Order: sequence, then structure tokens, then C-alpha cells
Amino acid sequence: MEQREQDRVVPRRFSARRLVAGIPALWLTVFFLVPFLIVLKISFSEARLAIPPYAPLITWRHGLPVPGIHLAGYAYLFTDPLYLRSYLYSVMVAAVSTLFCLLIGYPMAYAIARASDAWRSFLLMLIVLPFWTSFLLRVYAWIGLLQNDGLINDVLLRLGLIHHPVTLLQTDFSLYVGIVYSYLPFMILPLYANLEKHDMALLEAAADLGARPLTAFLRVTLPQSLPGIAAGSLLVFIPTVGEYVIPTLLGRTDQIMIGRMLSDEFFDNRDWPVASGVAILILLALVVPIVLLQRVERSNLETAE
Amino acid sequence: MNAQPSTPADAAAPYIRLQAVSKKFGEFAAVDTVSLEIRRGEIFCLLGGSGSGKTTLLRMLAGFETPSAGSIYIDGEDMSAVPPYERPINMMFQSYALFPHMNVEKNVAFGLEQERLGRPEIRRRVAEILELVEMSPYAGRKPHQLSGGQRQRVALARALAKRPKLLLLDEPLAALDRKLRERTQFELLNIQERLGVTFIVVTHDQEEAMTLATRMGVMDRGQIVQVGTPAEIYESPVNRFVADFIGSVNLLEGRVAALGADELTISCDSAGCTIRAGRQVECAPGDTVWAAIRPEKIVLASEGSAAETHAENRVRGKVREVAYMGDVSICLVEIDSGKTFRVTLPNRSGIAAQRDLRHATVTLSWETESPVILTR
Amino acid sequence: MRRRGLFSRTALVVGLVFLYVPIVSMIVYSFNNSRLVTVWDAAHSPTLKWYGVLLSDNEVLDAAWLSLRVAICAATASTILGTLAGTALARFGAFRGRSLLVGMTTAPIVMPEVISGLSLLLLFVALQQAIGWPQGMGAVTITLAHISFCMAYVTVVVQSRLAGFDESLEEAAQDLGARPAKVFWRITLPLILPAVLAGWLLAFTLSWDDLVISQFVAGPGSSTLPMVIFSKVRLGVSPDVNALATLMVSVVASGVVVAAVWMRHRQKRRERDAQLAAAANL
Repeated sequence: MEQREQDRVVPRRFSARRLVAGIPALWLTVFFLVPFLIVLKISFSEARLAIPPYAPLITWRHGLPVPGIHLAGYAYLFTDPLYLRSYLYSVMVAAVSTLFCLLIGYPMAYAIARASDAWRSFLLMLIVLPFWTSFLLRVYAWIGLLQNDGLINDVLLRLGLIHHPVTLLQTDFSLYVGIVYSYLPFMILPLYANLEKHDMALLEAAADLGARPLTAFLRVTLPQSLPGIAAGSLLVFIPTVGEYVIPTLLGRTDQIMIGRMLSDEFFDNRDWPVASGVAILILLALVVPIVLLQRVERSNLETAE
Repeated sequence: MNAQPSTPADAAAPYIRLQAVSKKFGEFAAVDTVSLEIRRGEIFCLLGGSGSGKTTLLRMLAGFETPSAGSIYIDGEDMSAVPPYERPINMMFQSYALFPHMNVEKNVAFGLEQERLGRPEIRRRVAEILELVEMSPYAGRKPHQLSGGQRQRVALARALAKRPKLLLLDEPLAALDRKLRERTQFELLNIQERLGVTFIVVTHDQEEAMTLATRMGVMDRGQIVQVGTPAEIYESPVNRFVADFIGSVNLLEGRVAALGADELTISCDSAGCTIRAGRQVECAPGDTVWAAIRPEKIVLASEGSAAETHAENRVRGKVREVAYMGDVSICLVEIDSGKTFRVTLPNRSGIAAQRDLRHATVTLSWETESPVILTR
Repeated sequence: MRRRGLFSRTALVVGLVFLYVPIVSMIVYSFNNSRLVTVWDAAHSPTLKWYGVLLSDNEVLDAAWLSLRVAICAATASTILGTLAGTALARFGAFRGRSLLVGMTTAPIVMPEVISGLSLLLLFVALQQAIGWPQGMGAVTITLAHISFCMAYVTVVVQSRLAGFDESLEEAAQDLGARPAKVFWRITLPLILPAVLAGWLLAFTLSWDDLVISQFVAGPGSSTLPMVIFSKVRLGVSPDVNALATLMVSVVASGVVVAAVWMRHRQKRRERDAQLAAAANL
């Protein structure tokens, strides 16, 4: 009696399988994993006026390798108040934007999930359509709306609600508007996917047992929608921390986000090691949310099967 | 009309052999050390409830699951290393699994195309098999343009097109309504007889099994409990599970009081009677045994002689419920000891006579040959 | 129940207005003769002046051409790689390295682009030092970079489509003698084709639209369309960009409308067929 692995029937020839999984895995290892290692390596280097503008990690002196690990870059990042503030500011902006997206997106997703079939596909199309048009252009559109001689100020002035143009652009307000505007579909779609699966009969049962609509929502719908909330929130939070385009076009000039810091350090200061260090620090902050997201996605995928 | 093995000459040769086959999912054994032999040309039904392991066993035969232990032999060949696309077996899926993007003809031709036959040959064989299942006019239609019964026939045609040695059917009649089910049962028997293919049918429906099978196996919790012809299983179940699973039964627990050469006597307190039955099993006086008596084998008479305690093969009780089924009536009789007997009466005299039975005091009796004695 | 409904429906309408006001405003002002957003030059508007400016701007046209080539190549390669990965993740059960593949195909979706861009540029620099290739940053490096992050999206689309796919169809095909590769080609792929195409479109859009990563890995002399737009808009509103926005929105909107109409047509036909079959019940 032989004991075999309990699994699906494995075809005699493995090579086809290995290729199918192996080719994308190889590509990603080269173009995703290895680059991170390189970033890590360079973050320990010293900036040099050279091409490339950093010192090699290992130099050879008299035939012996000498590691050139340089921690000054990290020391600078940890002690410089500018970086600390930018870091915390980025996390805060991401968290608040996520909250706004949730508050605005949840009712929208709810309404679409409750809509009749015909309306539903149409509404989903309306939500997704902006996503297919250029992200950059849509953010740019807000410049035209928010600037001092822009549309919103114009309307407010004409209505007599204000007497001088209000500075709307390059403020926290415009930053949040831009982020929420761009990332709203990322919140709505996972929420909708979750809410759509809810069994209406549960709410009817709750009503039958005497619960008011608000109570039924809080105790039946909301808990069930937590996986959708988790997925949507993480899909908004994680990329927002490192956002570059929106803060640059719409955000404040006196307090910049960490993504902009990285870019400036890289392009303007040509300090590749410090830029790499910033990248590593951002990654460290995001590791936990990314792992969380993968857990949430996996359980969502499993319940879908 | 029950099926007969179509090639009696081969009836003795084991064609499919399962040897101590097990399938474990983690700690849970879906199939537990099953050994089975199936003969060429017969229709073998695996009967069991959900979770009994019958579907897992079928999938192992088809090659979609690998046994954790044991071997499967088809026509003498060990199938352990053989993937499903190289086995001489075809399967008719419960959901039919027709390819939605292909029409009927292409669906049926698919298996033949894998054999690299020439186009004219494929066309001929497809036409032939479609003729057999009476689906020729629908060759150009796509699955979503067919009704449930039509789809089933296409699924059958597709599975038979390759003339497999063995056809596996997974709950073939489950999705059909009653009338269609009966018709399809007979059509399946017909086709099997004409083609001589060995069938293995998995089902949870006893009627289906009893009608289709030349032999059947009852499965419970991963093990085969009994194998035999439908008559053998119905009339001579090996244990209480099988007795109760097939049809209905009255189970009376008692102790062996006396053992004779041809008979044994059981003292049954739960029914307040003595049971005398033909000797069928090995047991000793004092053993606990069960007498299984089928409802149709009990004779119901209005109260006769005065009540006797521990009468032989006879009890007295009151009719609690009568369910009129049209062809028969099912009576639930509560006897003096408190136990309820189930009795099936043919409706010879119509409903009026049955109505009188309600709340009547009656005597139930049975022949010595009727009880089946079970030791487990 | 109705009160709840009213609240969420109002939110939906407000949200949709919020989503579309900027887009609509760009479209409207692309026809405005005046540069200023607040002044509708009624005397000379609506005008196609800015469209003329746009279409005669060589910098924009060259960048658009580059973006198009890059997007088509990147989308096609991403779709192939993403379909392979999605198939492996959905169908192969547990295999060595699976969790790693899962991580590598989901992380790029959320990874901040500055990090992806930086890491890819450093990779290309290191490669240049080590093996002498790539010679310089340009279309090739941009395409390679785009493939790497687009493929993750295609993987997710294909994987989720396969997860909901009826496996008994694949088993039936195997049972009828088709080897796994054949099963994929003749049964699985035709049936998931809509999802694969959606993946291609998604990858195309992401590549066409990408700014940050392109900025890192593009060299001097190769600018993608988003890069050109970005440098223009950093200085403020630019009406020819409004014209570009209008053109892009029109293309996308008509594509979506055509797709929606076509799908509804197919749906209606299916329903009719099913009804006919049920009516002629045998």
C-alpha cells in the first residue's frame, strides 16, 4: 500500500506547468524583487559625484573586499525634522483621505448594490468610466476649478457668498479633494462587490424581528461589509502614502508628502542613496498594510469560490 | 423491469477492480479502504447519502482525484499513474458540463477529435451517436438553446461517442422531473444494452438504483457496506444501516431465546412479542439481535382473539395514522409496548376502507420467513 | 427602508456629480476662445482653436505616438504574462513558491509609484553596469517597466475570472481525452476571453496613463504623453490640454457605450434562446 500526496492529479509531464508559473515568476523576480534589493543596497551607499552617483558597496583594496556601508544617509533621515514631518504628514493624509473615501463611497456603493439590475450596470459604468480617462488630466481639471480665478470661486463670487476669491488651491483642502476624487472608484468597487452579495432576506428577517432600518444596517449590513471596507480602505491608503502627482499639482507647497521628497532627493539633489533610504522607509511602513491586504483579498477570493 | 447484465458470458470476469482504495483529505477519510469488483457489461450503482464518499470514488475512477492508498485496475491495467485524458473511461457529469461556446455537433465531436480521427469518420460517428439519443435535428444548436432533458442527451452522446470501456454517470437523473426521469431510466437501459458498455452510476436515489442496477453497492461514510443485486440488498440487508437506508423497515431489538436447527426464537421486549424466524445468521443464545420486517410483509387484521402477551410473530396495537398514497396506504400502528410499526397496505378496496382503519384496534402479524435477522 | 434608500441615493447622485463636474468643465472650456476659465468669450466661442494648437504641437504628437507604441506592447506582453500567472494561481493548487508569486502579483497594484519607478531605474542602471544593456533609457526601458506593473492587474482579473469558472467543463474536456494544454486553448481561453480582453484594455490604459514610473525610467529625448502634459500643467491651466482631455474622454466614452450596447444585445439574444428552448421543452 503506497502513500501518495493527496492533491489533484498531476500530469506526467511537469514542464508545461513549470513554464506557466515560472515565466511570470521569473519576470517578476527580475523586475520587481531584484530592484528592491538594489534599492536596499544603494540606500547604504554614499552619494558621489559620479555616474552612477553613488559609491559601490564593495570596494577592493589590496585584493580584499571592503564593504562600504554608509549609514549617514539613514541617520539623516531619522534625525532630520523635515523628513520626520513629511513622513507623518503623508501617513496622516493617507489615513484621512481613506476615511473620506469611505464616508462618501460607502453610501454610493450601497445605492448601486440596491439598485435594479438595469440601473446597476449603468451606474457601475458611470463610476468606472472616469477611471478609464487619464488620471493626470482629471487631477489637472481641479486646477481649473479651484484656482483663484477658477470656476468655483467664480460661482461663489457671483452668488455673492464671498467677496474675495478664497484660496482653494495648494491647500490641504485641494489635496484631499484631489485624492478622494482619484481614489474613490478604488473604494467603491470592492465595497460594491461585497454589498452585492448580501442576502436581502437577512434584512427582512431583522425587520421582522423588530429592528429599525438603522439598527438593521448597523448590526446586519455593516458587519458583513467589513471585508469590503478593509479591501477598499487598504487599496486607497497604501498608494496614497507615496502619492506624487496629486500633492505636486494640488497640494501645499510648504508641507510636502514623502513621495515628492523622494523624487526631489533623486532628481534635484541627485542623492540616490538618500532617495533609496526614503523608499525603504516608506516600504517598511507599508509592509503591514500590504500583508493585511493580501490576507483580505485571499479570504475574499475564497468566499467567492 | 430491472436490468440484466448484457453479456452474461463475461459476467464473471472482473473488469474494474478497486483494491483497498482510500482517499484522505487531511485527517478526514472520504473513501476508506474500498475494495470492489465490477464486471464487464453490467450496470453497477453506487448508492449512498451525501458525504458517503460515492462521488469521490467516482472521481478517482475518472482520474480527477488520486487515491491516497490502494490501486485501481481497469481491464487489468493499473491506473495509478494514468491521467484522466488517457483512461478508457468517459464520464457524464451531473451538471452535463456541455461546452457553451460549441454547438451540439462540436461538443460530441470533441472527444473524437482528441483521437485524431479523420473528418469524415468523425462526422459519421457523431451522426450515429446523435441518432441513438434522438438529438440529430439539434446538431447545430448551442447548449443554452436546449432544454434540460435535451442537454442530458447530448452529454450522454458526447460521453458515448468514444465508445469507452466504462461510462461513469454522476447522478444522471437528479436534475430531471419525475416523468422525464422514468423515461430516461428506460432509455439509459436501452442504450446500455445496445452498446454493451459497462456503466457505473452514482446516485443518492434508491429508486434510480433499484431500477437501473444489475448490481449495486451501498456506501456509508467512505466504506462499502454491502454489494449485491437490488433484490439481495432489499431482501437480505447485512446490517441495520442498509435495512433502513433502502426502503422502509421496522427494526425490532431483542435477545436470542432459543436456537434450533432451522429456526431461532427471539424474545422482543420492545415489541412485547416473540419472534420466530428462519435461522439466517450465526449467533448464540443471549445475543442481542435485530429483526427487520418490511412494511409490506406485515398482515393487518382487525382485532381477533383476546390479547396475549409475547405471542409469536404477532402484536396488537392501535392505528394512529393512515397516509393515503393512491396505490398504497401507509399505516402507523402504535402497539401496546409503545413502539410504532409501519405497515403498507395495497388499496384494494379504496379509500373508504382505509378511513375506517383510523383509531381502530388491530392485530399485526407476519410469516416466519419475513423477518431478516441482523446482528449489527 | 425608504429613508435609508433616500440617503444613499442622494449620496450617489452627489458623488456622480462630483466625479463628472471636473471632466465636463474641461470639455466645455476646451471650446472656450479665452484662456481664462472664468471668462466665456461668447463672441468667439465655441471654437476649435485649441484643438488646432494641440494637433500641430509636435512635442505632443511625438509623445502620443511613443505612448501608443509603448502601451500596445506593454499591454500585450502584460496580458500574456498576467494570464499565465492568473492561470497558475487559480488552477495549480499549492506549489512551491506560490505565496511568493501571490505577493509579487498583488503588491505592484498598491505599491506607490515613486518606489516602483525608483527601483526599476536602479535596476536598469545596475544592468547597464553589469552587462552593458540597456544602452540608454528610452522606449524599451519604459515598456519593460510598464509590463512589470501592468501584469499584476491582468493577473487579478484573470485569476478572479478563473475562480468563478465552472471547472467541470475543464474536467469534461480532460475526460474526453484532451491534455491540459489543449483544454486551456480550446475550452478555457475561449470562455475567459472577455476577461482577458478586459485585462488588455486595463493594461493599455494604465500604461498610456502612467506618469511617475515613466519619469524615472525614460531618458532624455523620450517623453511620453503624460510627461508632456505634466510639464505643461505644472505651470497652470492650459487650454490645449483641455482639448486633449476632451478627445480622450470622447474616445473612451464611445468605446464604453459601444461595449455596453453590444453586451446588452448579446444578453437579450441569450435570454430569447433560453426561452425558446424552455418552451419547446422535450
